[in-house]
Amino acid sequence: MCTYATARALVDGSAKGPGSTWFHVTDATVYFDHPVHAMHEHTLNIDLADPARGPSARVALELTAESARQLVGAIQKALASAPTELTMDALP
Amino acid sequence: MARTVHIPGDGGDEIEAYLAQPADDGPRGAVVVIHHLPGYDRATKEITRRFAELGYDAICPNLYSREAPGAAPDDAAATARALGGVPDARLIGDVAAVAAHLRSLGTSNGKVGVIGYCSGGRQSVLAACNVDLDAAVDCYGAFVTGTPPAEFPLQVTNLVDQLPNLRCPLLGLFGNEDRYPSPEQVAELREILSANGKQFEFHSYDGAGHAFFAPDRPSYRVAAANAGWEQIAAFFGKYLGS
Repeated sequence: MCTYATARALVDGSAKGPGSTWFHVTDATVYFDHPVHAMHEHTLNIDLADPARGPSARVALELTAESARQLVGAIQKALASAPTELTMDALP
Repeated sequence: MARTVHIPGDGGDEIEAYLAQPADDGPRGAVVVIHHLPGYDRATKEITRRFAELGYDAICPNLYSREAPGAAPDDAAATARALGGVPDARLIGDVAAVAAHLRSLGTSNGKVGVIGYCSGGRQSVLAACNVDLDAAVDCYGAFVTGTPPAEFPLQVTNLVDQLPNLRCPLLGLFGNEDRYPSPEQVAELREILSANGKQFEFHSYDGAGHAFFAPDRPSYRVAAANAGWEQIAAFFGKYLGS
């Protein structure tokens, strides 16, 4: 099915993408739907993008549901392992 | 022969499209091919060329032309999704404009059908309820019937209230292992069309789920896809022939 389900988040960071160049990312789009490349019928897809730079300014991930859960766990573990004062959102 | 063209879409906007035609002079019918949510991709262009091989003028409009002109299909699909998807009113306008363009070709016999896959299956039915078309094919479109979960951010609705307006014969091709549309939702569609006296023909295949026509995906089921293509050829032959 096309699930149509799409969640969005505003983010602030950088990604290495097209042409092996780094760019600032502002938007994360997350959806569970058909992948373009992964050999599964459905995957958890994440696009990290800077829409201001056009459609190709995007880093795309297509992960199995279990892989996505493992990634979420790893992210939370990494954040939890760092001193709180370092993970508080602060001015750069 | 096949090539990229730029034609007027909904509201007169210029949109990109892929045109495939037999080499002879016609006259012949035509087909509007509606791509799936992942976009105006190579697989959909191959489908469009197959309709030319079957003897039709065929056009697949790039439904994401406005959001991401010239972008790679996967990037365009990501951009369109992030912006909320294709509005139904614009889809209707695009299909109407493409159908008019096909009828304006010197090879046209005046008949135009529409076919769509996945999200395009729903959009094919949507177009057939609102545009002057001669035949429509719905390949496993979700949410023609059934209720989209409330938390879906994309504002997709079912087409139950529009089905009484269906203007042309409908061929439906479904997988019995699909959940969206489920066999129950297909049965609901069948009941609604019957109750409204609509002309339709459904085929549901065992051992097939969603996207069984897609030869580049793990969901591909050769037996169902081959049988489905035969149904499509017979259906369009019946309703789009001279």
